[in-house]
Amino acid sequence: MSSLTPANPLVLTIGDLQGNLRRLRKERFMHVLLFGSAALSIGISILIVFTLFREAWVFLSGLIEQSGLGALIDGGARPGWYPRDGRFDLPTIVLGTIIVSGISVVVAAPLGLGAAIYLSEYAKPRTRSWLKPILEVLAGVPSVVFGFFALRVLGPDLIQPLFGTRTPTSLLVTGVAIGILVTPLMASISEDALGAVPRALREASFGIGARRSTTVVKVVLPAAVSGIVAALIVSVSRAIGETMVAALASGALGQAPRTVNPTDTGLTMTAAMAQLAQGSDQVVGDTLAFQSLFFVGAVLFLMTLALNLVADRIVERVRNQY
Amino acid sequence: MALTLNAQRSSAEAVRASLTGGKRDVRGMLFMAALLACLLLAMLTLIVLLWDVVAQAIPVFDKRGTSFLTGELGSNPDKVGVSQGIWGSLMIALFVVVIAFPVGIAAGVYLQEYAKPTKLTRFIQLNIRNLAGVPSVVYGILGLIVFVQGLEWVTGGRSVIAAGITLALLVLPIIIITTAESVRAVPAGIREAGMGVGATRWETTRDHVLPYAAPGVLTGTMLATARALGEAAPLLLIGAITGRLASAPGQSIVERMQGKFTAMPIVIYGWSNEVNKPGKKTGLTFEDLNAAAIVVLLAVVLLLNALAIVMRNRFEKGRQG
Repeated sequence: MSSLTPANPLVLTIGDLQGNLRRLRKERFMHVLLFGSAALSIGISILIVFTLFREAWVFLSGLIEQSGLGALIDGGARPGWYPRDGRFDLPTIVLGTIIVSGISVVVAAPLGLGAAIYLSEYAKPRTRSWLKPILEVLAGVPSVVFGFFALRVLGPDLIQPLFGTRTPTSLLVTGVAIGILVTPLMASISEDALGAVPRALREASFGIGARRSTTVVKVVLPAAVSGIVAALIVSVSRAIGETMVAALASGALGQAPRTVNPTDTGLTMTAAMAQLAQGSDQVVGDTLAFQSLFFVGAVLFLMTLALNLVADRIVERVRNQY
Repeated sequence: MALTLNAQRSSAEAVRASLTGGKRDVRGMLFMAALLACLLLAMLTLIVLLWDVVAQAIPVFDKRGTSFLTGELGSNPDKVGVSQGIWGSLMIALFVVVIAFPVGIAAGVYLQEYAKPTKLTRFIQLNIRNLAGVPSVVYGILGLIVFVQGLEWVTGGRSVIAAGITLALLVLPIIIITTAESVRAVPAGIREAGMGVGATRWETTRDHVLPYAAPGVLTGTMLATARALGEAAPLLLIGAITGRLASAPGQSIVERMQGKFTAMPIVIYGWSNEVNKPGKKTGLTFEDLNAAAIVVLLAVVLLLNALAIVMRNRFEKGRQG
């Protein structure tokens, strides 16, 4: 502005177009700062991958030295996960995780999807405006609280008398509790998927005389199917990674024989990790048993990462579709 | 008015009756009842469980009063309390506020206001969505290796500092995603007006975009804090104390932060594994005490959640109207 003097009214210098240097410097500084914050997330990912796989490698190389990689699949008569005895049978805890997350999906999928269909297709706006917030608030109940419920109420008072399990804690109890835990998540993502189905599809269906139930089953659900699949995958991924319920309600304490029976006590990968860490006060760091924690963590990380990437791809495709 | 409404309704009924042949749609109604049952079952299970816990916790507050909130961890159910758990959880919340809030909001603003749609930006976005799905127990490994062992000279090892930083990283993606979403909802006109009068992008963001998006951003930060307060698995790996924890008198705040610690969810985990022998004086078992500890934790976590959700709904409604 300084050169816009009356004597010389039409001449602009470079300085005028440069703007206020102090403000520009600040702008550049903030840009770098904000970018740094966003890039930090990549740093966290690198750190996670690096620590997990370095420590997992320490475990694997230790295991190769001690008994060979074959020890990861116990071929003996009574295979099981006994880290204190140097027996690391991976199928034991992977099967435990698959059983638990399978049961939790059987519980969460119908409940969550049913709730989502009701909220999205049937509930009047006013009913929805108070039902949905309650569901969302309930989704915030911490998982350790579910662990307590499973251990003290669900197991002894419901599952044990109903299924006649031998112990009040079992893989079944854990699965059902995690199922209830992920139901709000399943409901919320499926509801988003149903909400993304264009109104015109429903109106076309009503217009040719279809009932609401027919419209839901034959038109809305098929149109939203990929979003619902994504909701299922996210729920499974969440169930696989759920730790506190599994550590409290599965019944085994740090070691378990291999089992495929959900009414048995057992171990999931997460429960095995939590209990290894908890018993580690005396043996901090360097024993092979403690190192197995990182190996299990790395396997768990890869499983959930694969599921999340698939779900992410599906959600992205749905977003582009409508 | 009432007459036309009635006429409308009866004509709608007449049309429906002629379409369905006057029969009631029994299967349709059963279908709807089944859906409603799913919703109610999901909600009622949770509500009944919560009610159960509150009922079990009332005698504890009755008999113990504030001594339950000021007592320390131990093995005598007549004396133990949750003061150390509350302290640990407050410290963790402090770390979330100090680390995760500014970094998360800055990253969310960057992705929405500054980033050009390059490959790097898309990779950062994908990376953040994936970080949000990493199981919390894996963050515990990160905390154990990097903050407990790697940075022991700062954190003092298995301390609340290591726990706080770990949980701050854990909730970072939540804050980034909600911030980016609420900044995206700011009308373009607000930015254009700001830049049109010569403000730089940062000035526009600071003075116009962020204040407009503030309710949404605040919602995200509250959800994130609630999540951090309820998270137990990473703390187990970092080495929070589940059993007895005697606090040394005369510690400075730094010494206490670098020392052994516990937090509310860990107290609940520890007491869940305790033997259920009633205390001699009060007759309270660890299960009763645990119900009371859960009530203390839930009161804070659910209140934060409820506030966040009510605020978000208000905000959305206000903007539409």
